Amino acid sequence: MNLEKVIFGFFIVLAATLNFGFFIGDIDRPELHHVYELAAALVVSLIATALKFGDRTQIGAIHLSTSLVADLQLIAAAITWAVAVHVTGEGMTASVTSSVVSLSGGALFANIVSVIILIIETVMLRR
Amino acid sequence: MNSAFFLVLRRMRAPIIVLIVIYAISVFGLTLVPGIDAEGKTAPPLSFFHAFYFISYTATTIGFGEIPTAFSDAQRLWVIVCIYLTVIGWSYSIVTLIALLQDKGFQNTLTVNRFSRRVRQIKEPFYLVCGCGETGNLICRTLDRTGHAFVVIENDELRVQELDLQDFKTDTPALAGDARKPDNLLLAGLRHPKCRAVLAVTNDEDANLAIAIAVRLLNPSIALIARGRTHAVTANMASFGTDHIINPFARFAEYLALAVAAPERFRLIELLTALPESPLPEPHRPPRGHWILCGYGRFGHLLADHLRPAGIELTIIDPECNPEEMANSIKGYGTEAETLRQAGIDRAAGIIAGSDNDVNNLSIAVTAAELKPDLFVVARQNHNVNGPLFAAYGADFTMVPSHIVAQECIAILTTPLLAAFLNLLRERDEAWSSALVGRLQGLCDGLTPAIWGMKLNIAEAQAAYRALMQGRRIALGEILRDGTDRSQPLRAVTLLIRREDEMIPLPPDAFPLAPGDELLIASSLAARRNLELTLYRPSELDYVLTGHEITGSWVWNWLAARRKHGGHLS
Repeated sequence: MNLEKVIFGFFIVLAATLNFGFFIGDIDRPELHHVYELAAALVVSLIATALKFGDRTQIGAIHLSTSLVADLQLIAAAITWAVAVHVTGEGMTASVTSSVVSLSGGALFANIVSVIILIIETVMLRR
Repeated sequence: MNSAFFLVLRRMRAPIIVLIVIYAISVFGLTLVPGIDAEGKTAPPLSFFHAFYFISYTATTIGFGEIPTAFSDAQRLWVIVCIYLTVIGWSYSIVTLIALLQDKGFQNTLTVNRFSRRVRQIKEPFYLVCGCGETGNLICRTLDRTGHAFVVIENDELRVQELDLQDFKTDTPALAGDARKPDNLLLAGLRHPKCRAVLAVTNDEDANLAIAIAVRLLNPSIALIARGRTHAVTANMASFGTDHIINPFARFAEYLALAVAAPERFRLIELLTALPESPLPEPHRPPRGHWILCGYGRFGHLLADHLRPAGIELTIIDPECNPEEMANSIKGYGTEAETLRQAGIDRAAGIIAGSDNDVNNLSIAVTAAELKPDLFVVARQNHNVNGPLFAAYGADFTMVPSHIVAQECIAILTTPLLAAFLNLLRERDEAWSSALVGRLQGLCDGLTPAIWGMKLNIAEAQAAYRALMQGRRIALGEILRDGTDRSQPLRAVTLLIRREDEMIPLPPDAFPLAPGDELLIASSLAARRNLELTLYRPSELDYVLTGHEITGSWVWNWLAARRKHGGHLS
């Protein structure tokens, strides 16, 4: 068993599960989507991205790109939240909540792709 | 993508993750610790937005203070932890980055990237020089002076650094690496569409052979010039189609034999193949008769093979030879007067100090000259660094292998017509050669002329080609005028004109030119630029042929034509 592989798989799956936890629930109800979950998903996604740096294989490249997509979506969601709560002072209304959650939904899709690639990679492994 | 970029990312993985974790812990902590309001009552903790803002400016040591409101003591306690954590995180990242920048492997990747990018961007035809030792350096300097681009691969990193210090006119890409490796050859542009020829001129015989094979396999169509010393290696090189193999020993032996048999023709060849605009070589007149040859290795054998047919009687001195097996040979070094006397120095006309040891060669030459001052001394100089010693001694004829290889490379590369001209020389007599030598020596005030070729086609001589195609008659003598003042003739000698398969050596001034003619010309480098400009620019050509000044601008030409036309009518 390779510790590096364990950590790698752990962070990729954790990024997907945290993202899923934030995403699940009615899209326009702010009490179902806690900001801490979003923050945790963003941090774990960033760590997963850093873990994928510097792999020059084809699969490594796709891993990195899906991760970058997830980061981008989550950062966009975080900025939307910050603007609504702190800049315009409008608070977490139904429309703001739904746009934050739908952005994280995009990130969730990218994370799922990441997990699928991870599974494919494992299946293709001959040893 | 750039491999250096990936290397940085890979090495920076750990510090980046550490930074992300530290930021996350700090921000999370701040969103949990309760704050305090202006009245001293407990206030809700900072939100994510404010917490991230605060940590961002604190971690980077900008420190705006406690924003948006003054902190509670509990918050300050947590901030102390955050400050130390983030400082550690940033220092770790920066230290890793600096270590990476100083890393030998990383710097090597950067250099290789830069080198391959510069080679890819070369727009003009270039030569690939493998090995930049004494020979390679001489070749590079000459290529640079004659305005040719080149790329260098050299094994020794110090030599590559020295190359940067030499003030080349052009910015030369140089790679420190083993030219035997195909990867390095490909990086240096072996398959580049503008690569014209490869020169394998390292000091290492086997390396040259390896380069030659690699070049033949990777790019069979490219011209290849290699330096070889032993018979086995040169035969091997020839077997797989090396275009030109230069063996400096064999070449020198040929020259020395020629200098004995036909001194004027030798002088002419010497002038034609010399490096452009170098000082005129001393005339050599080696006498016939009895010679002493010190050193009977590869060089000695070649000399003996060439000199004996030229009518020279040789006595050989070598520490390895056995007087009983070979007639006219003496065991010894030749550095002692006794051995030289034994070899019959009293009746000798010349001596060749031809061992592979420079100090011994000088010692032989000095001893021999003391015994018999009017002896003709030929000295072999093995290393360029000993040049001042040999110059101070002043042998009648000094053989420098690196010079011979460099001269021949340059002559072959830059003027393909020269080989044809040298072939024609064989049929000429001494008086003809002597007359031509006189003309060539007068061209550049004590320097050797540059020998260069040009073809009257659209690419090299646009104006002349167009004029000839329009049916204009131009004689050779008409274009050999100074482009700045046409009353002055250009100091140049046309050695040869090739028109399809016909060779016309030394054409007269009245010779009519035709489009597609190839000219072989001897002149100074300045005269070369002058003539090239004349043949390329229509206005310059018109001035040289007729004396009319044309400004070249379209409007002015039109006005001039109109005025001329009007004058004709009235």
